[in-house]
Amino acid sequence: MRTKPVSDEKSQRKRFLSGNGFVPFILRRLLTSVLLVFGVTFISFSITQLVPGDPVAANLGQSAYSDPKIVAAFKVQFGLDKPVPVQYVKYVSKLLHGDLGISLSSKRPVLDDLKEYFPATLEIALVAVFLALVVGLLLGIISAVTRDRLPDQIIRVFSLTGVSMPAFWTALTAFYLFFFVLGWAPGTGRLAPGADPPPTVTGLYTVDSLIAGDFSTFKQAVAYLLLPAIVLAIYAIGVLTRFTRASMLEILGNDYVRAARAKGLPEITVIRRHVLRPALLSIITVAGVAFSSLLAGSVLVENVFSWPGLGQYAYRAAVGLDLPGIMGVSMVVATVYITMNLIVDILYRVIDPQMRDAS
Amino acid sequence: MTMVTKKMKKSKNSNSIWRQPLAVVGIGIIVIWTLLAIFAPWIAPYNPNAQDAAKFLAPSAAHWMGTDELNRDILSRVIFGARISLPYSLLLVALSATLGSIVGAISGYAGGKIDSFLMRVTDVFFAFPGIVLAMAVAAALGPQIRNAVIAITIVAWPVYARLVRGLILNAKQNDYVTASSLLGSSSLRTLIVDLRPNLSGPVFVLAALEVGNALLLLSGLSFLGLGAQPPASEWGSMVSLGAENFDRWWVGLFPGLAILTAVLAFTFIGDALRDAMDPRTAKALRD
Repeated sequence: MRTKPVSDEKSQRKRFLSGNGFVPFILRRLLTSVLLVFGVTFISFSITQLVPGDPVAANLGQSAYSDPKIVAAFKVQFGLDKPVPVQYVKYVSKLLHGDLGISLSSKRPVLDDLKEYFPATLEIALVAVFLALVVGLLLGIISAVTRDRLPDQIIRVFSLTGVSMPAFWTALTAFYLFFFVLGWAPGTGRLAPGADPPPTVTGLYTVDSLIAGDFSTFKQAVAYLLLPAIVLAIYAIGVLTRFTRASMLEILGNDYVRAARAKGLPEITVIRRHVLRPALLSIITVAGVAFSSLLAGSVLVENVFSWPGLGQYAYRAAVGLDLPGIMGVSMVVATVYITMNLIVDILYRVIDPQMRDAS
Repeated sequence: MTMVTKKMKKSKNSNSIWRQPLAVVGIGIIVIWTLLAIFAPWIAPYNPNAQDAAKFLAPSAAHWMGTDELNRDILSRVIFGARISLPYSLLLVALSATLGSIVGAISGYAGGKIDSFLMRVTDVFFAFPGIVLAMAVAAALGPQIRNAVIAITIVAWPVYARLVRGLILNAKQNDYVTASSLLGSSSLRTLIVDLRPNLSGPVFVLAALEVGNALLLLSGLSFLGLGAQPPASEWGSMVSLGAENFDRWWVGLFPGLAILTAVLAFTFIGDALRDAMDPRTAKALRD
């Protein structure tokens, strides 16, 4: 960064922000995160404006669309009569007040829609990422330790298959097998048709039913979410297994691992203390990214399981050219992605002292 | 395929991809799918769009993969599907690799403000839920396979940009690059003559790794009805017919297996190519 002669106070602030301490680091990262979120709104706004497509036609019926009065009223109602830059400025200024606009397709505030749909996706994504971490790490470790032997070969083929399966097809096949043939899975949706959802606290049915002390609803919610969550986890398991294996193999080649073995440490200690711990650093990064990719991947899985989540909402918003809806979903997913990256960066600094000088 | 052969000749060490069984399997599968695509009219037992069999016949000797709700032979449609899914995925990868490489090259070569601006833009695209944006663009452009390709290209280029930028930053430090600028080479000449040879290998490997993802996204959009339109025999949209009639397992199972085998084969090949590269580049590709 080139420094111009500035007033004392300003240069001090500059030095503080570009300093190497923990607090300036976090402030700097927070600032870039906020800028990134705005970047996401700007890009999604521009791209959806650049491509042709008439949101009015997509949301009004045939007869309503042929009536110019209704079309004009629709445009005024959703601010579509204003020039595009004005629309964007209005959107951002409302956004700063926590207002995400009104959805063109559901005619409700986007924030309310997101509050309703996001927890459903979050619930399966959390379960999926937990499964992926446990299974992926375990398989990755086994694979690296038994390098090029039979278990490794089997796990490699398994994880490669995991990342190559089309999620919508896996969902369909799993549903056919576990619902239709075996009868183990209860069906589509979050609860049995007609069952009352637990009183909303977090929006996660499992947590809310526990809070309400309603164990039968809890059991039902778990039964319904298990299959979609497993299907969603398959891809992430593949990714994490492959990555864990690769980063462990890289570390296994280091001299200090040989040294640890040479001084007679049991293999399991060598792996746990000298290989797994340093490998965990990079695995954390991938896990963070995997979580946000799960949110996006839920679009296809939710479609098959009629899971009323963010993915289904995103699909409806996209097909209806519902700009506020699309931007709302993009912002949620982008915010999760950016937050995960922020957490990962901070964890890095906490775990690895070397990073403090590097960044 | 010529690139693969070249690669093989270049690396005489034990890393050659022909020594990796999975890679050989992958190449075999792709060769089979390519042949099926080229010779589809002669290989397929029926016309893929002929509606003259009975509805929802289970797999039998006459119809190995059964028939769908419009009385069409699924095996024939799967074979013809290779003509849509494979070329469009390759096109998609070629487009996004080109776009991303241009952005990355400008960014890495220009440096300074241009670099930080372009990299911030790339960061934003990374933060973006790709499929959400692709759905929106595909819906706005009108559901068509061509538009799905455009939509996915818009979200798929950043990986190449990041890779190419990193490679150029590394290569720029070489003395021969400095020498060539001192000798008066123009920026463009330096970029093309001195820097490009450092790029083509890794970009090709990344592209090979990405073909599978491209195929998954493309068939995903078609599955949602935002890609290939009926009656085109595209694998993703065929699976969606299966989702509408999930009790007829054969309708969705076989097109899905077609996607799985093709993606798996590309992943095998991409992995092997990456492992055959020198370790430093391989690491850059993984990160």
